[in-house]
Amino acid sequence: MTIRGLRLGRVGEAHATAAPWRVPALLGTAALAVLLALVTLLALTQGSADIPAGTVLRVLVDSLPWVEVETSASDSWERILLQIRLPRVLAACLVGAALSLSGSAYQGIFRNPLAEPYLLGVAAGAGLAVAIAVVSPLPVDAYGLGWVPILAFIGGLSTVLIVYAVARSGGMLDGGSLILGGVALSAVWAGATSFLIINGSDTVSQPILSFLFGGFNTSSWEKVLVATPYILVGTLVIALHARALNVLQLDEEQAEHLGVDVSRTKLIVLAAASLVAATAVAVAGVIGFVGLIVPHAIRMLFGGDYRRTLAASLLGGALLMVSVDLLARTIIQPQEVPVGVLTAMLGGPFFLLLLRSRKVSL
Amino acid sequence: MLSVRGLSVTVEGRRLLDGVDVEVAAGEVVGLVGPNGAGKSTLLRAATGVRAAQGEVALAGRPLASYRNGSLFRTVAVVQQMPEAPDAMTVQELVLLGRHPHLGLLRREGPRDHAIALASMQRVGCEAFAQRMLGTLSGGERRRAFIARALAQQPRLLLLDEPTSGLDADAQAQILALLRALAAEGVAVLVVVHDLTFAAAYCDRLVLMQQGRVVASGAPAQVVTQEHVRAVYGPHVRVIPHPESGAPLVVPAVS
Repeated sequence: MTIRGLRLGRVGEAHATAAPWRVPALLGTAALAVLLALVTLLALTQGSADIPAGTVLRVLVDSLPWVEVETSASDSWERILLQIRLPRVLAACLVGAALSLSGSAYQGIFRNPLAEPYLLGVAAGAGLAVAIAVVSPLPVDAYGLGWVPILAFIGGLSTVLIVYAVARSGGMLDGGSLILGGVALSAVWAGATSFLIINGSDTVSQPILSFLFGGFNTSSWEKVLVATPYILVGTLVIALHARALNVLQLDEEQAEHLGVDVSRTKLIVLAAASLVAATAVAVAGVIGFVGLIVPHAIRMLFGGDYRRTLAASLLGGALLMVSVDLLARTIIQPQEVPVGVLTAMLGGPFFLLLLRSRKVSL
Repeated sequence: MLSVRGLSVTVEGRRLLDGVDVEVAAGEVVGLVGPNGAGKSTLLRAATGVRAAQGEVALAGRPLASYRNGSLFRTVAVVQQMPEAPDAMTVQELVLLGRHPHLGLLRREGPRDHAIALASMQRVGCEAFAQRMLGTLSGGERRRAFIARALAQQPRLLLLDEPTSGLDADAQAQILALLRALAAEGVAVLVVVHDLTFAAAYCDRLVLMQQGRVVASGAPAQVVTQEHVRAVYGPHVRVIPHPESGAPLVVPAVS
């Protein structure tokens, strides 16, 4: 058989010499989903009142429309489960998935394994935008919570564009400048946010403070419902560009030569990743390093193909976030550790290990 | 297949290309030679529109501007000088990326795309290491992988920027022989070659460039002459005929 000047041999006879070790995508993704379901169930049983897993499952099934099962759960257990723990766990899933996906998208666009919402300053930029919204004389609630992710998006996207412009001088993108610029701009935004806290009354300072640390103690169904469409839209856009992101793993000139409109693709994916990351910040505040740890682990397990790893990135992010949140609210009961504090303690050393491994060159 | 007329590129007042004419027909290998800074890479970039230029460029009989949204790269494939790719990417993954211009936003690679990728790897002799990661390949193997990626685009015109630089003499000969074989199957090949002797031995025609202009073009024996080579490169080289084939050899001018 000949296809335009190419002699075709038999299909499927590529030899497997020294193939890299990789988890089959479908199997690995399914395993992550099962693990996430188990950890989610565990998270729902744990808290001020320990509710048995069987009861949790029955209450969940009973809460579905048109389904009635005998739950043997008291009203207060039901309320705790459905109004407090479930929205909290779902918020953690959403935020973890969002941070992980946006991290892997940033890493693809910048061809820099250290790019992630926190280190790029996107999280701090989005956080500042939310803080401004909270202290502004116009009550945010008057516009509905729906506006907060948009404001966060403006803060996040403008940050990443500034950092990108700074790091890209003379047509070359400097990976070190990208991360240093992000960290520097983060410091500026965090300073401005602190100023708003010190300057503001207690009623506005408290919610802003929780943003700075990041956490899920203020999660609600409302937040989950508002955040979901933004995260879905951003995820869809990134998914549609997954193959283009694969091509962009080559250099930009090659990507152009493979028919990718590089600047347009970059801008679209940057906007989508920033929307997803900023929405995560609007829900749970500034939580660092999730977008670094999860995509890196997924790449090691599954390889670098964006289409193979997209679902796994989402699930892996959710898994890490639900686990860390579970830890955050049980490790020193009855007190809670802000989730951002834990991810920083986890992610900082991970970042240093990556730097040390020399696989990462800035 | 490729027709370039009066192509000029000016960057910040500097003329990188100055009225260059080049023709490449299907089935021939045209070598682009000249010292560093002569404008060879710029010519390749301008020919595909990656670099803005004045002048006329027609590819497969159509003006460059008539190709939209990357459709050009279903007809033309480029292997640039130092292509980059993640070390952990496998050869097969790289070659499959060559199918990108043929696939729409939502389409995945199908069995046909995999078959074309495999055929491309077999064509350049890299199917044996299809599953190896790029970071583990030798220089010559790596070049082959990138040429296979270009072939997966099913190009009718192949542009290569120094695919032999940094390779040992045998690997250079193998790559150039491969380009000859591809041309024999009907592909038009325009290749930048650093080594004049190799260029003269393997190309049907040569285009010698200096400071953005074409100094000479034609059959290798007419382009690689003592006069041209000394005028363009300097006085420290000599051109002598190959004792068997008579092809021009460029050697040091020491006695």
